[in-house]
Amino acid sequence: MTLFITPAFAQTQAPGAPEAGISVPPVAPESPELGDTHSEVGHAAEAEHGGAFPPFDPTYFGSQLLWLAITFGFFYWILSTKLLPRLGGILEVRQDRIGADLKEAERSRAETDAAIAAYEQALAEAKQKAGVIAAETRATLTADLDSRRKAIEADLSARVVEAEGRISAIKAQALAEVDAIATETTEAIVATLIGDSSQAEAAAAVASVQKG
Amino acid sequence: MANDPIHQFQISKILDISIGGLDFSFTNSSLFMVATVAAASGFLAWATSTRSMVPGRAQTVAELSYEFVANTLRSSAGTEGMRFFPLVFSLFMFVLVANLFGMIPFFFTVTSHIIVTFALAMLVIGTVTVYGFMRHGWHFLGLFVPHGVPAAVVPLVSAIEVISFLSRPISLSVRLFANMLAGHITLKVFSGFVATLTGLGALGIFGAILPLAMTVALTALEFLVAFLQAYVFTILTCMYLNDALHPGH
Repeated sequence: MTLFITPAFAQTQAPGAPEAGISVPPVAPESPELGDTHSEVGHAAEAEHGGAFPPFDPTYFGSQLLWLAITFGFFYWILSTKLLPRLGGILEVRQDRIGADLKEAERSRAETDAAIAAYEQALAEAKQKAGVIAAETRATLTADLDSRRKAIEADLSARVVEAEGRISAIKAQALAEVDAIATETTEAIVATLIGDSSQAEAAAAVASVQKG
Repeated sequence: MANDPIHQFQISKILDISIGGLDFSFTNSSLFMVATVAAASGFLAWATSTRSMVPGRAQTVAELSYEFVANTLRSSAGTEGMRFFPLVFSLFMFVLVANLFGMIPFFFTVTSHIIVTFALAMLVIGTVTVYGFMRHGWHFLGLFVPHGVPAAVVPLVSAIEVISFLSRPISLSVRLFANMLAGHITLKVFSGFVATLTGLGALGIFGAILPLAMTVALTALEFLVAFLQAYVFTILTCMYLNDALHPGH
């Protein structure tokens, strides 16, 4: 126990003397600088500064409180009236700006969407109209074509009928002429062969041949 | 005195001011309070001076700090808590910049003095108490009576709640103060080892490698602690303010 008590006694009784409790080589009292380095917490400081540990020394409490009040008061004043409103203003302006820009971007996007929708609709309408026009044109053309074809067909069939009529007339005439020629020929042949024949007999003969 | 790890916390007068027999001298502590405030507000003013729509680096940092504190406050105390935003932001920036200034060699660490951190903590607790009573009247005391507790244990729980409420400014201030103090002492002790050992010759220089590495590592850690303690102070402030806004748990 004495080992721990002795240095304390040494401190209180002999300020400035080297301490025995610290594990460095003992230093002679005539080297004051080194002696000071080893009296870490103790008496050297006390001897010079009136004994108190500076942070607990009430000598300057009043001064510190006053100057803290002045400096901190000024700091609080300048921050609350000037700097913080300014800083807060910068942040708020930026926030507002970002918000406004976002809103503007949103609005532009909506506009673009509307434009795209309008375009799509116009396109669809145009397509529909084009379809209608095409159908109408096709119908007109078809009708026109049909009417013209019908007219031509009618014309053609009329001509065919006429031609057929002419053909049958020519045919009938030709056939009638064939009868007359056959009768004449028969008459001539019979006259040549037997010298005498009547035209009526020849005609009857030809008619019977034709029938048979 | 060069290696005395306590010396860095010593307050020295720069300008002797005495009002009514009280010592209100402008000290190195006051100087660094002024420097902290000047640096923090100067940076914020400079960074936001252009008010760019697309922020530059400095403005990004300023905006990040704003949104960081705003998010912290909003997530702990809700949108209503934003009325305390200037206070919380001032506290965060003051503590952070003071802590970081303390990391510069030969600079004084304002937050390493308990009276400073205690004053800041009392400011928070004072705001909580005053605002809590202003807004909720006597209902603010409902803070000390949690819901859903059997009537038999209410006195005990309330006593614990009161003690916990009263200890808040102490824990809030001591946490910040002790972290700064201990960190700077540790740094100074290890760097003191380096100085002492290198003075002892070749073997000492070799032996100084370890404390030097330790000092480097501790410096990095202290930067982390400087930020973390500012953040912890801020988030606890937010949670206490939440109590003032919504005392019913």
